Amino acid sequence: MRYVIIGAGVAGISAVEAIRSVDTVGEIIMISDDPHGYYSRPGLAYFLTGELHDKALFPRTKEHYKRLNFNYLRGRVTRILRSDHALLIDGKSRLVYDKLLLAIGARATPLDVPGAKLEGVVKLDHLEDAKNILKQAKRGKTAVVVGGGITALELTEGLLARGMKVHYLLRGDRYWSNVLDKHESEVVENRLEEEGVTLHHHSELKEVIGRHGRVSGVVLQDERALKCDMLAYAVGIRPCLELIQETNLAKDRGILVNEHMQTTDPNIYAAGDVAQVFDPLTGKSVLDSLWNPAHEQGQVAGLNMAGRKTAYLKSAPFNVTRLAGLTTTIIGVVGHGKDDDMIGIARGDSETWRQLPEAIVAQSGFDVNHMRLLISEKNLVGAILMGDQTLSRPLQKMIAAKADISPIRDLLMQPNAPLADLIAQFWMSWRATLAL
Amino acid sequence: MALLNIFKNDTSKRVVLTTGRVVSESSRCVQCGICSYNCPIGIDVRAHVWRSEPVNHSECLTCGECVARCPRGVLSFAQTDLFARRKE
Repeated sequence: MRYVIIGAGVAGISAVEAIRSVDTVGEIIMISDDPHGYYSRPGLAYFLTGELHDKALFPRTKEHYKRLNFNYLRGRVTRILRSDHALLIDGKSRLVYDKLLLAIGARATPLDVPGAKLEGVVKLDHLEDAKNILKQAKRGKTAVVVGGGITALELTEGLLARGMKVHYLLRGDRYWSNVLDKHESEVVENRLEEEGVTLHHHSELKEVIGRHGRVSGVVLQDERALKCDMLAYAVGIRPCLELIQETNLAKDRGILVNEHMQTTDPNIYAAGDVAQVFDPLTGKSVLDSLWNPAHEQGQVAGLNMAGRKTAYLKSAPFNVTRLAGLTTTIIGVVGHGKDDDMIGIARGDSETWRQLPEAIVAQSGFDVNHMRLLISEKNLVGAILMGDQTLSRPLQKMIAAKADISPIRDLLMQPNAPLADLIAQFWMSWRATLAL
Repeated sequence: MALLNIFKNDTSKRVVLTTGRVVSESSRCVQCGICSYNCPIGIDVRAHVWRSEPVNHSECLTCGECVARCPRGVLSFAQTDLFARRKE
C-alpha cells in the first residue's frame, strides 16, 4: 500500500501520523514544494513580531519523523492522472499512489489593482513570505496594510514591531465588522492607535505606485495619495484548486468531501483549507480556514485512508487569536453579513460565525476583559472573549453541547447583568449534572 | 500583568511553586513554539501540549515564562499533585 500526501501543512502531517497509527508497514510519501516541510503557519505572526526565532517554528524533531517512517519529497505536483492512479511531478516524473490526500491548502487572494506586482508588495502565506517581509521591513520606513481579519492585523503588528510606520486602510467604518461588534472593533482600533498605527477608515486602495520597480506609494479611490515603501495585503484566501481542474473531482469553492474526507473519487481524500466539508448536522458543505479543524480533518482523512472508518464531526467553530495584543477567543456564531475588507473568508475565520440565527446579544466588560454572548431561545450559540480567558473553556463546552441555559437566560438579558459571574455559576451546576 | 494573573484565584504563588504544574488546553494551541523558545532550561513545552500532558518534566521550575508568553492562553498553572491537599 502506498499513501501519497500532497501538502506539508498541519492537515498533511496529521494524516501521516494517523496513517502510521493504524498501518505500520505501508509506504507513506509526503510531497510538497515548500522548502521547509512542516512548520507552524500560525506561528509566522510571532516570527514577524520577533517573539520567536524561525527555527522554533518547527514542532517535530528528526527523531519523530524517523519514527513515523515516511519519505518527504520536494517537488510540485503538476497533474493528477486519476485513471492511472498516478501523479505527475514537476511535469516529468510519475508517482503512483493507492490512496491520495490533497492537503494543498489555500493561498492569499491576489491584490487586484495596478502595481500589485511591484517589489515591496507583500503577503503572508508561508515562511518564505515572512522572511521576505523581514528582509524588506526597514526601521523608520513606511508600510501600508490593506485587508481585514486576523492576517491583516498580524502584518500590522509585525511591521510595527520591526520599527516601521504603519498605515492601515479599512474600507468600511470599522475593523472586522462581520465578526466583531462595534465595541470590540473599537477596542482593537484604539489599541492599534495607541501603538502608533494610523488608521484610515472608508479608504479603498486604487493603485500602487512604483519607482524603479519598487513601491513608492499608494493612491486611494478618492484620489488621496500616501507615500510608502511597502504594501502588505491580506484580503482573504482562496483554496488552491488549480491542481484538480482537469480531474473532474467535485468542487464548489473548495474540494467537496464527505464526512470521511473522501472526494468523489474513493481513493482521493482532501483535508484542511482546501476541503469543503459536508456537515451531516446542517446538511451543508462548509469551508474553514482554521488550524484545529485542519489538524482534525487530516487525522480523520489519514484514519480512513488506512482503512479505519471514521467520521469527522465538525465542532462549534472555535478560534483563539491575538488582536492588538489581546488574547481573543471566538466560539460559535458571533457575527453576520459580509466584511468589505474581505474577499472570500478571512484566515482564522469560519463561515459558521456569520450564520446568525435568532440570537440576542448580551454584553459586559470593558476594554481588556470583554465578553459577548449570543443567546438563542434556550442556548448559547456564540461567544467572544477578549482579555481574560477563564470562561473560554466552559463557554466552548456549553455551546458545543447546546446546554439549556433557561435558568439564567432572563438574568443574562438584564441590563448590566454580571455575565461572567452568571456564566461561571451556571457552569459549575451544569458540569455537576453531567457528572451524575 | 499576565504574570500576576497566573497567581490569581485562590492559589498562592507558594502553593503553585510547590505543588503546581503547567497544564495545557491543547485545543487552543497552534504549535507556534513560543513556550519552548522561552523556557529558560530548554524543556520542549510544546511537545507536552501536543500530547495533552501537563509539563511533568522533573526540571520544570514553574517559573511561568511559558504561561505568560503564550499568545493564545493555552497554558496555566494547576495543582496536579495527587497528594496535595485538596482546596475547598
